[in-house]
Amino acid sequence: MSASVTPGTETPMPAASQQAAAARPALETPKSIQRDRIRLLLRSPLFIAGIIILLFWVIMAIFGPLIAPYNADDTDLLNTLTPPSADHWFGTDQFGRDVFSRVIVGSRDILVVAPLATLLGTVVGTILGLITGYARGITDDIVSRIVDAFLALPLLIIAMLVITALGISNTTVIVVIGLSFGLIVGRTVRAAVLGERDLDYIAAANLRGEKPLYIMFVEILPNVMPPILVETTVRLGYAIFTVASLSFLGLGIQPPSPDWGLSISQNYGLIGGGFWWTVLFYAVAIGSLVIGVNLTAEGVQSVIDA
Amino acid sequence: MPDALSPIQDTHAAALDVRDLDIAYRVRGRDRQVIRGVSFRIGRGETFGLVGESGCGKSTVALAVTRYLPANGRVRAGGIHIAGEDALAMDAAALRRLRTRSISMVYQDPGRALNPSIRIGQQVAEVFEIAGVPASERMDRAEAMLARVRIVDAGRVMGRYPHQLSGGMLQRVVIAMALAVDPTLLILDEPTTALDATVEAEVLDLIETLRAEMGSSVLFIGHNLAVISRMCARVGVLYAGTLVEEGPTRELFAGPRHPYTVGLLRCLPQAGLSKHKTRLDTIPGFLPTTLAGLRGCVFAERCGLAQDICRAEEPPLIPVSAGRLSRCHFHEQAPSLPRSTPPAPLTDRVKTPAFRPVIRAAGVGKTFGSPAAPIYALRDISLEIWPGETLGLVGESGSGKTTLAKLLLGLSPPDPDGVIELNGQKLAPVATKRQPAELEALQIVFQNPDAALNRSQTIRGIISRPMRKLGGYRGSALAEKLSGLMSHIRLAERYLPMRPRQLSGGLKQRVAIARAFAGDPRIVVCDEPTSALDVSVQAAILNLLADLQAEQGVSYLFVSHDLRVVRYISDRIAVLYLGRLMEIGPAESVFLGPHHPYTESLMAASAEEAGSSLRLKGEIPSAMRPPSGCVFHTRCPRKIGAICEEQEPALIQREGDHAIRCHLERDQLGRADGARHA
Repeated sequence: MSASVTPGTETPMPAASQQAAAARPALETPKSIQRDRIRLLLRSPLFIAGIIILLFWVIMAIFGPLIAPYNADDTDLLNTLTPPSADHWFGTDQFGRDVFSRVIVGSRDILVVAPLATLLGTVVGTILGLITGYARGITDDIVSRIVDAFLALPLLIIAMLVITALGISNTTVIVVIGLSFGLIVGRTVRAAVLGERDLDYIAAANLRGEKPLYIMFVEILPNVMPPILVETTVRLGYAIFTVASLSFLGLGIQPPSPDWGLSISQNYGLIGGGFWWTVLFYAVAIGSLVIGVNLTAEGVQSVIDA
Repeated sequence: MPDALSPIQDTHAAALDVRDLDIAYRVRGRDRQVIRGVSFRIGRGETFGLVGESGCGKSTVALAVTRYLPANGRVRAGGIHIAGEDALAMDAAALRRLRTRSISMVYQDPGRALNPSIRIGQQVAEVFEIAGVPASERMDRAEAMLARVRIVDAGRVMGRYPHQLSGGMLQRVVIAMALAVDPTLLILDEPTTALDATVEAEVLDLIETLRAEMGSSVLFIGHNLAVISRMCARVGVLYAGTLVEEGPTRELFAGPRHPYTVGLLRCLPQAGLSKHKTRLDTIPGFLPTTLAGLRGCVFAERCGLAQDICRAEEPPLIPVSAGRLSRCHFHEQAPSLPRSTPPAPLTDRVKTPAFRPVIRAAGVGKTFGSPAAPIYALRDISLEIWPGETLGLVGESGSGKTTLAKLLLGLSPPDPDGVIELNGQKLAPVATKRQPAELEALQIVFQNPDAALNRSQTIRGIISRPMRKLGGYRGSALAEKLSGLMSHIRLAERYLPMRPRQLSGGLKQRVAIARAFAGDPRIVVCDEPTSALDVSVQAAILNLLADLQAEQGVSYLFVSHDLRVVRYISDRIAVLYLGRLMEIGPAESVFLGPHHPYTESLMAASAEEAGSSLRLKGEIPSAMRPPSGCVFHTRCPRKIGAICEEQEPALIQREGDHAIRCHLERDQLGRADGARHA
């Protein structure tokens, strides 16, 4: 090529305008997109409220025993079922344990089990969705019908069956919820993958002999991350609810944990006697955590969609 | 009672009068000026063209005129008067009246302009309903309107849904709806860009006839200079939100007086030009990213004539002759704008000893669908591409061009009896079964770089992956190869860490080309590589492809619907119709003729003249039930008789290696020139 050709320009250009091309501001750098998204998030009051609630419970889960005024398991048989007072803000239960301390400390198990189950579900669902969406054909048909069959049953029923069969433990709960969520997440991921796999960049990858695994995980996966992220945050809300339900039914987190669902099931018989504080505060805790997660999820979703 | 559709405005005022229009979009809290000081006037019954490349603001002008600017867009100054009424001062009721009676708009994509779940008749009738026509008359008037846009069997079409009609047919329906209210001003925004050349020619003929019949004034927005010059009496050239030149179309295009117009016209591959004779001229540089604070001429940065005064002082619109304006300090010198690329093509072409074709297809076919209802996408294609040559592949959409490209690449397997050979070696039917060396030899540049480049990867990743994978390059050898390729493709290394969305369309296409050339390709399939690009960028990409071919002796299969581009870049040309090879031969013989009646019709469609007798009527037939005998007989302007319906002609060598599939004798076949002057 002749010397007049300037690399990096749309076409060779006279020297005077080189500077203009160099000064051409990059439209949007990945970093600036990221920064814009975060700025947008921080401007949404609902997201802020959600993240504050979530952070509050995470701190309680980690440092709960240090913050709580009493030991959550200490019984005080002289002060059973006392209503909320200055000493016991949320009152005491039938063994004289401080409800406030139990609500704070009780956040730990659910905040370990639910996120782990969600994580497992996301990983399983991503793999499942990538495979069914990319392979299509017979693989997709078989897997999708099995998924349909599973999803026809309510999650709680499946979970109760499996946990009864395998025995009760936190691990079983994580695995059961994780795998069930995997099927649901898998569908979302599959739909996103179907939108990608016919794009020409996949054909280009095939034309340089890339293996299917490389195409799925290196070429496609980064492009379907936004829906996966949204699905994960939404699933976390459901996971919290499911774990609490299983614990309430006695199939989840086991005594002596001060877990919320478990505590409700141990105390709900007392409501009839007017001892509402032994149940209400646990229920409010579950509700606030789910709302916190959902507000966060909604914020993330609106920013990713924007 | 006055007819609801009768014009209500002052009939003496101009149909559209735009004065000193200044429009800004509010982006991230800041005003971003997109239109500055645009003025033009469209008289009653006049057709005015607004031409410019993408990003110049032509659609923004149309949106402002119809008062459909997006929420963040604002007219900051200036005026818009439609038939004497101030469009900017209208309240909601007046706007409604304006949109129902005075202006109509036809958009680029008719498929999106129509509601997919409402029957055609109902949709057209809706226009009359809004105009206040009594219910009993609406359907009849809708049918009459459809007949008026030359829809045969309008009654039946009224019962159809949009997805049951072809693109050309849909655009007729949209035009019928636009003209139903007899608008004062008809705005056409790239109305034929999404259509095939043959259909485009028909639709343009129709618009011209209707306009003459109804006497509407037309604002025609487009990027295709040939279409604009055919349709419009006057034209304004828009560049970076500024009207740089205005005048009668023929005069302006014959003797442009602004360097931008001069450059734009030079970018077009002219008839008879080929890559062997001359490089295309291009417009260097980019559109200015911001108009704020720009003191001088908007085009100065890219102009070969620019002096100090151009950067310091914005030129006014200077009258250059009767009815012509140019916004250039040196408009007298504009025609002598220096070339921005050296005119001579590379002469030291790599000569590969050619004793066998680089790729050969023999009896290749492709059948989709079930055996019970086969769809013959391609039938019995045999062709060869020799080292260092370009085979152009032309035909309407649905003729099988892309299918053939996919078969050669192995992206879709051919029917079992066909053979595809690369350098004499039989290729596996699908790419996943081919050897790395075979994959490296056969690459592709896609039409749409946005889909062809993985948006989550950096340019470095996109280009270096095939080098590792196919060439086995690592470490410093890879870095060296990468920077060598970047300078060949004329992409600065500062783009390497960026992602595709940060680059312009032309740069993205360069990255796609770089990826195809990352190995050592022997043949590159170019599937409409410039259709999504502006003409000035197209010229640069065509130059690049021609240079790479000269330097590396690579062969191209160049798929395009743009006959000028194909003629410029191709050594030989193959013409497909309904999956059959109708004609193949050296580019000049195919273009000069005598040629197949189908090729002849394609050329007539791309010619600028209106109403050629060779206009193809109707749509390409369905590949599920291809016509008997010669597949083209249903649309052939030179059909002989029964023999065409009963017997499929063979692809016969006529002279040299120019083969034509037609029953006509050589001296009965047409020539493009003969047909044009007859």
